[in-house]
Amino acid sequence: MQTNDSKNDDIATGNSKKQQSNSFTKENLKKQFRFSEFFAEKIITGVAFLSITIIVLIFLFVFREALPLFKKSPVKVVNIEQVAMKPESYSSESVPLKPETYGNESTPEGSLNSDSQSDELKPEKYGAVADTALTNLNNSAPTNYGEANQESVNENNNQAAWKSLTGKDWYPVSDNPRFGLIPLLVGTLKVTIIAMLIAAPIAILAALFTSAFASRRLREIIKPVVELLASFPSVVIGFFALMVMATFFQNLLGYGFRLNAFIGGAAMALAAIPVIYTITEDALSAVPKTYKEASLALGANKWQTAFFVVLPAATPGIFAALLLGIGRVFGETMIALMATGNAAMISANPFESVRTLSATIGAEMAEVVFGDTHYSVLFLIGSLLFIFTFILNAIAEFYVKGKLMRRIQGR
Amino acid sequence: MKFRKDIKGALIIGITACSVILVISIILLIIGIIIYGSKGSFSWTFLTSFPEDGMTKGGILPAIIGTAIMTIIMSVAAVPFGTITAIYLTEYASEKSIMAKTIRFAVRTLAVVPSIIFGLFGLGFFIKFVGQGMDNVFLGGALKWAQPNILWASLTMSLLTLPVVIVSVEEALRNVPKELREASLALGATKWQTIRKIVFPGSVSGILTGTILAISRGAGEVAPILFTGAAYYLASLPHSLSDQFMNLGYHIYIMSTQSSNVEQTMSIQFATTLVLLILTFTLNLTAIILRTRLRKKNA
Amino acid sequence: MKEIKINITDLTLNYGTKTALHNVSLTIPTMKISALIGPSGCGKSTFLRTLNRMNDLIDNVKIKGEILIDDVNIYDKNIDVVELRKKVGMVFQKSNPFAKSIFENVAYGPRINGINNKKELSEIVENSLKKAAIWDEVKDRLKDSALSLSGGQQQRLCIARTLAVNPEIILMDEPASALDPLSTAKIEELMHELKEHYTIVIVTHNMQQAARTSDFTAFFYLGEIIEFGKTKMIFTNPEKKQTEDYITGRFG
Repeated sequence: MQTNDSKNDDIATGNSKKQQSNSFTKENLKKQFRFSEFFAEKIITGVAFLSITIIVLIFLFVFREALPLFKKSPVKVVNIEQVAMKPESYSSESVPLKPETYGNESTPEGSLNSDSQSDELKPEKYGAVADTALTNLNNSAPTNYGEANQESVNENNNQAAWKSLTGKDWYPVSDNPRFGLIPLLVGTLKVTIIAMLIAAPIAILAALFTSAFASRRLREIIKPVVELLASFPSVVIGFFALMVMATFFQNLLGYGFRLNAFIGGAAMALAAIPVIYTITEDALSAVPKTYKEASLALGANKWQTAFFVVLPAATPGIFAALLLGIGRVFGETMIALMATGNAAMISANPFESVRTLSATIGAEMAEVVFGDTHYSVLFLIGSLLFIFTFILNAIAEFYVKGKLMRRIQGR
Repeated sequence: MKFRKDIKGALIIGITACSVILVISIILLIIGIIIYGSKGSFSWTFLTSFPEDGMTKGGILPAIIGTAIMTIIMSVAAVPFGTITAIYLTEYASEKSIMAKTIRFAVRTLAVVPSIIFGLFGLGFFIKFVGQGMDNVFLGGALKWAQPNILWASLTMSLLTLPVVIVSVEEALRNVPKELREASLALGATKWQTIRKIVFPGSVSGILTGTILAISRGAGEVAPILFTGAAYYLASLPHSLSDQFMNLGYHIYIMSTQSSNVEQTMSIQFATTLVLLILTFTLNLTAIILRTRLRKKNA
Repeated sequence: MKEIKINITDLTLNYGTKTALHNVSLTIPTMKISALIGPSGCGKSTFLRTLNRMNDLIDNVKIKGEILIDDVNIYDKNIDVVELRKKVGMVFQKSNPFAKSIFENVAYGPRINGINNKKELSEIVENSLKKAAIWDEVKDRLKDSALSLSGGQQQRLCIARTLAVNPEIILMDEPASALDPLSTAKIEELMHELKEHYTIVIVTHNMQQAARTSDFTAFFYLGEIIEFGKTKMIFTNPEKKQTEDYITGRFG
């Protein structure tokens, strides 16, 4: 210890310099308003609020474009009947109903090349976008109504569309446009069911192995590798399905449509597996160690513990994993566009082409005229998808968390 | 009895192990086939030259550049907003407050909304509302901003990747020990000073991780840009924010579904897919390594 | 110089439904070391934290009663907490240096207060490190990371950091409990020097430490003050039986 004196001197001088403003007084300690502090807090809070705003905006603006469908116009009943009675008359341009078979024949859907080489393979041809329908309508409308302007025609089309929403025909660009959502819904369901049937068992079993049977070293290798699958962009999976899986399975099983619900579903399973796997594995690992220890202490061995104690205990988490897997597949667009054949057909056969809700939006949005009925219907589909995933997410959050909480509290 | 139990056990362990092997095999298979299919096309020239002959020859440079520019603009939009939101959630919001719970719910909802919906939003909001507004105000109604371009596509994509950034940054912020915040406050620093000087610097690697993951996601998603700005063939690179752009994922999609000459473009398609795959892999790997380092540092 | 620095009257603190402190009344004398002893979990640290309002950081905390420092009620609505904490410093149980250099750690407080002049800062840092009895050990490596120091050195660094903002009161929450005996001895020696210029309140688990170092001792039990007085009296001739039982090790 150095000499006491010099040290004390140093301390004394150091202190006296600062002694002046150093007393506890009400004035010294009066509450200060700090501008930067205030603004920082306000701005940060405001920006954070943005995320809520975005969700609300998404809902508003997507739904807004679908609103025209809901407007009821009082007059012009005759027009609707006329439209409904008009026979299917097709003229000019593209969009084949024949399911696309990419890779074997070239069937550009809604061709991007300006000159349509698309005419080659189509047995049927459909009326083009609303313009053609408009002129047809004008030609056959009774002159009593005078000029049918674009808006009122749209409203008529909207009325007709509204009626046809629950129909079984999705023919958006024929002269008698029908917007039946049923085939799209059926298509989405088929693909989702197939995908979940494939993905759920594989993912859950793999998660069980990783969490219960694998050594720590092994776990540290397996988890990242499976998460690698999660990083595959869906367009890559779609590409793989389209180019490789489709041909392979068609050669193997010999069915008619090269691109169908099965291929689409199998490909989507590849996208869903990492999601279900990760959440299930987390749920299994989150089961309190005490459960496992109690089971082992009673004489059960590793696999009995895993299967009969841990797995049931993680059920709420596995349920959440499945819900999120479903959500992932339900809204998946690229894989559907590339691997399902894109034909709005209703059937129970998994080896027939289908068209999903999101694929419809993706495929047709680039082609529609802004503001017309087809455009609004596509936005309506978007709104429905949004609401569906919103509800699914809400269920996964509240119900599952609630169940989990109750379980842990022993009720 | 024991024998049957053992068989049961072995069976269960065996089946579950097979599932893992199956998943890993599929991953390797996909990678392998894509590498095999891109034989003949994948080369340095491929990465650095423009497409020729109606996409049947040449390279995909514009798609790479377009993807790069788009992800940069997207990050500039998403990272600051995501970081600030994460700061709010960890530093300012009381866990029980309704505001915090609602924001978390909104973020989680954003994370599960189908990507095509973002495309619809981009169309309905950015292009038809903001863009239209801009055209009306600045150009007296001429059509410039109310159509698909790289700006709207990037902003649309930034909404999709916002949750990714928020989650990563939040994790990094929470990794800064509570004791450091307490020490700072006990010395008479304000909350904002503490965040600025202690918390934020300690979370930079987490912000980096979040950015990389967001870029990886943004580079691979196609649905949001289908009708908000991506194009298949453009004569030149985008010069301004109101230009359209080429994009790797979009290129793969169009080329594989609508190319008129499948034979000739087959290996190019595979090669483009390989490029995208390598890009996302590398980015994700970097992010994972960063994240593991961050977790080890604060263990 | 006033005799009593801190005057606590009827302090009650609740977390939600739990009561952590119940009707605590105490006086802390100026420029002396006051120790708070008692079994774990009986509110000592919570009490310490009321003195610099660190409990404000916890949600749903309710405080009743009065704490006067130099006759100023620090829980008054018009009191600026940030300024208060500059005058009432705190050293924590586990040392928590920032991930910065030794110099920057000590300079953190002054910088917050707007002192950016290099010369001034160097002076303050040097003085604080000297007062914390660690200057000689680190004077050649001020730019090194604070995390490269040993546990005992880090704790002394934290003390230097607190001294750099020139508080009047220093609160120490079991400052040596995570340290080896040698470092503990150094800290105790340091405390003895510091009390010449600062009022010190220390929470400790270690009864012998309290007996060794403090001038006054308060015995806490289950959120209440059982007894308080000159250390010598408490340890040799306690008034309450509970105190005697604790000191002689019959429980705790």
